[in-house]
Amino acid sequence: MNRYKNYFPIMRRNSTLAYLDNAATTQKPDMVIDAVADYYRRENANPLRGLYELSQKATDAYENARKKIAEFIGAAKAQEIIYTRNASESLNLIAFSLSELLLQPDDEILISIMEHHSNMIPWQQAAKRHKAKLIYLYPNEDGIITTAELKNKISDKTKILSLTQISNVLGSEQNLKELIPIAHAHNIVVSIDGAQAIPHEKIDVSSLDCDFYSFSGHKMYAPMGIGILYGKEKYLEAMPPFLTGGEMIDYVDEQTATFAELPYKFEAGTQNVGGAVGLAAAIDFIESIGYNKIIERETELSHLAGEELSKLPYITIYGSNNFSAHHGVIAFNIENIHPHDVASLMDSGNVAIRGGHHCAQPLMRFLKCNFCCRASIAFYNDKADIKQLIEQVKYIRSYFHGVK
Amino acid sequence: MALNNIYNDILMEHNMHPDHKHKLLQASDHKTAINPKCEADEILVKKGLNPSCGDEIVLEINVVNDIIKDAAFNGQGCAISQASTDIMADLIIGKSIDEAIKLTDLFIDMIRGEETDPKKLEELDEAMALKDVSHMPARVKCAVLAWHTLNEMLKEKKQK
Repeated sequence: MNRYKNYFPIMRRNSTLAYLDNAATTQKPDMVIDAVADYYRRENANPLRGLYELSQKATDAYENARKKIAEFIGAAKAQEIIYTRNASESLNLIAFSLSELLLQPDDEILISIMEHHSNMIPWQQAAKRHKAKLIYLYPNEDGIITTAELKNKISDKTKILSLTQISNVLGSEQNLKELIPIAHAHNIVVSIDGAQAIPHEKIDVSSLDCDFYSFSGHKMYAPMGIGILYGKEKYLEAMPPFLTGGEMIDYVDEQTATFAELPYKFEAGTQNVGGAVGLAAAIDFIESIGYNKIIERETELSHLAGEELSKLPYITIYGSNNFSAHHGVIAFNIENIHPHDVASLMDSGNVAIRGGHHCAQPLMRFLKCNFCCRASIAFYNDKADIKQLIEQVKYIRSYFHGVK
Repeated sequence: MALNNIYNDILMEHNMHPDHKHKLLQASDHKTAINPKCEADEILVKKGLNPSCGDEIVLEINVVNDIIKDAAFNGQGCAISQASTDIMADLIIGKSIDEAIKLTDLFIDMIRGEETDPKKLEELDEAMALKDVSHMPARVKCAVLAWHTLNEMLKEKKQK
């Protein structure tokens, strides 16, 4: 077992597992699991309101994690970091509250056909509520939205652009440094879905200059149930709250309420402090490995998986032919074998991949494939995992082909 | 669990070489029909969808005097759903509507793990080959898609 897998208890327990479903969720290292357990063992209390020492410890744990996250992604201020459950909730928050602030009938929202349903359905609903239009950007054959496509779709009605940084199916990364200034030049507010990007590369929201950035903890080695919404203070201040109730208020009357300051205005109810602590530990973990190392290993393995799969004549791979640009995501089909059968039979060889529509049904239709298999790599994977994947592909093909 | 319990010969054979994957001829086509089993009577059609994976089948049955004279299907899906549909068609041809409803209920109970008595399950004949899907929660929907669709179709027919 390679030394990186050794950080993960699940890998130690199951040393022959080729876990290639990292785009769905990554495994959790000891560092993260221990940090969460330690929090609950030593510091647990309801944060923010308890007037005693333990509650103060919980509050510190929660707010120190927020500061760490802000620093990690280059946010100017900690109050620009809102805790959510996951990227889906972050995107729902933006789609609800920003739409309330900005959208008038006939306004236009721009998204791409590559969006995960979580950056699509909230905008469909927002468009319906505000009688606005949802307009789609389409990628070139490498899965890239060109500046020409963006310029072509922008109109004087366009108010919001919400775009995935890296596609969860094609693995292609958008050139945000080119696209965002174009949108801003037209006074369009830009939201980026970074769920598939932040596990693979350093994110700096200040240099990207996006107005919002969403991601999930669980895809970057943190526990499930903690996510982040970064938003520029000027927008967060102006937007109405999303979820309401405890902790997010200032003064409450029988009929009215005033709301708490940022970030608490958007954090109703008792929060997931253990998750926040786990996310902070995951950041420490990523920094201890280093993004350089992560990128080096993932690029090499993406290239290897793509090259080896493309040698097989019965395999179709989706997205760019430059497999090094796939950010660990290789979506493919075995000719005439349904991805659910492939995934089930992969499991018999202890290879974990996903099969289906990957929460991106419109993209599947755009690719004319309805469903596909997806192997997704993290830095702790190795060449042996890719070899196991390829062997299993060959086995499945012969298993089906053997039936005359 | 050994997957060849599920991807067994019966399932693989029905998946690769389904007997009933075609369109039933409409009554009006009947005079020129080459399908002698299909009598000039009502053809019922129902679409079954599995939204979680996008599988879609269209089930057709030809009912004459309460007896299912023929059954066919079209659509796309995984080996489990395709084979399960073909096996079901084999099983229900020649059965009465009530018998077929009973069989679909029994199959769905088997896949949900609610009926395990091998004596009772014998009635399902080749469909017993799908029994181990009950241990694969993610694939239960694939196995029962056609059976649910037929069950609803026949119950709707009885209500008319």
